[in-house]
Amino acid sequence: MNWIFAFLILGGILAAAWNGKLDSITPAALEAAKTAIERAISLMGVVGFWLGIAKVAEESGLIDSISRFIAPLFRWLFPSIPKGHPAMGSILMNLSANMMGFGNAATPFGLKAMKELQTLNPNPDTATEAMCTFLAINTSSVTLIPATIIALRAAAGSKNPSEVLGAILFATTCSTLVAVVADYALRLLYRKIERG
Amino acid sequence: MAEQISISSWIIPVVMAAVFLHGLINNVRVFEVFTQGAQEGLQLAVKLVPYLLGIYVAVSIFRESGAVDLMVKVLNPVIRLLEIPADALFLSIVRTLSGPAALSMMVEIFDTYGPDSYMGRLASTMMGSTDTTFYIIAIYFGSVGIKKTRYAVPVGIMADFASLLASVYIVKRLFD
Repeated sequence: MNWIFAFLILGGILAAAWNGKLDSITPAALEAAKTAIERAISLMGVVGFWLGIAKVAEESGLIDSISRFIAPLFRWLFPSIPKGHPAMGSILMNLSANMMGFGNAATPFGLKAMKELQTLNPNPDTATEAMCTFLAINTSSVTLIPATIIALRAAAGSKNPSEVLGAILFATTCSTLVAVVADYALRLLYRKIERG
Repeated sequence: MAEQISISSWIIPVVMAAVFLHGLINNVRVFEVFTQGAQEGLQLAVKLVPYLLGIYVAVSIFRESGAVDLMVKVLNPVIRLLEIPADALFLSIVRTLSGPAALSMMVEIFDTYGPDSYMGRLASTMMGSTDTTFYIIAIYFGSVGIKKTRYAVPVGIMADFASLLASVYIVKRLFD
């Protein structure tokens, strides 16, 4: 990220010098700084509101119920976790919170899941297969209700903020499928390589 | 099409109603709990302010200078081949590294092109369909002291690339 940031600024200034636009850089940068703060204020409202709802869902046990509901769907993805092990519960809580678009409520469950998966790990410095599968699903995102995005679209003046829901569902299903398949294929490949 | 739009505008209100109803049934003091969560949200948003500031200024310098046009020229073969706009390619790279930075970039795209433009819809779809791959891998593995991540990184990159292609395809298909 540091490199990207530096690239944007230095590359921009170099390109401005090249294009003879150096005099427009300063006003543009200052204008952008002003807009950033205006956006930040509308963002506070959106994020505060949604996390408030997320907290109610967490406290009422709603996330808990969803995770029980989706449990059978995810069991077969983690054959190496023994039945009834607490790791599975934390994984499901994390995925349910992610599905509801409560990304911030998801992280603590995710870290707890990693801690519990680590208790099943014979080599503490090496990732287990269950950990890789968990992260594959997690990083490919399983969002069903991308609330933050819809709220930000609304804040930016969209006529129909939720019109992208179908597109997101399609794209996230594709990426999760690719993640699950790639995880499975690489798991077999790595087993072969590591056995020599 | 009309039906799909009406369903999607129902989802959020229904979820909100369901959450509060479920809370009341389970004797949650909904207002107090809501304000606790909102407090966390505000703290999060405050943390986000410096990211927004940095990204907005950096991207605006980059845009204003004409560097974007230069980059588009350089990346033209890739863009033509996959029909991916330069902004989207950039957003997908930032997306894997930093959630707040990518969110800021999406809002900046809304400002420049409009949320209901092709770029605005594409940015929304991309943001909704992947997560901050490298950040999650670093934090999750780091938290339990794992150094050998084996195949977690390539799987994450493949999923991100799939989401980029799927987003471009579906947004063209649904909205153009």
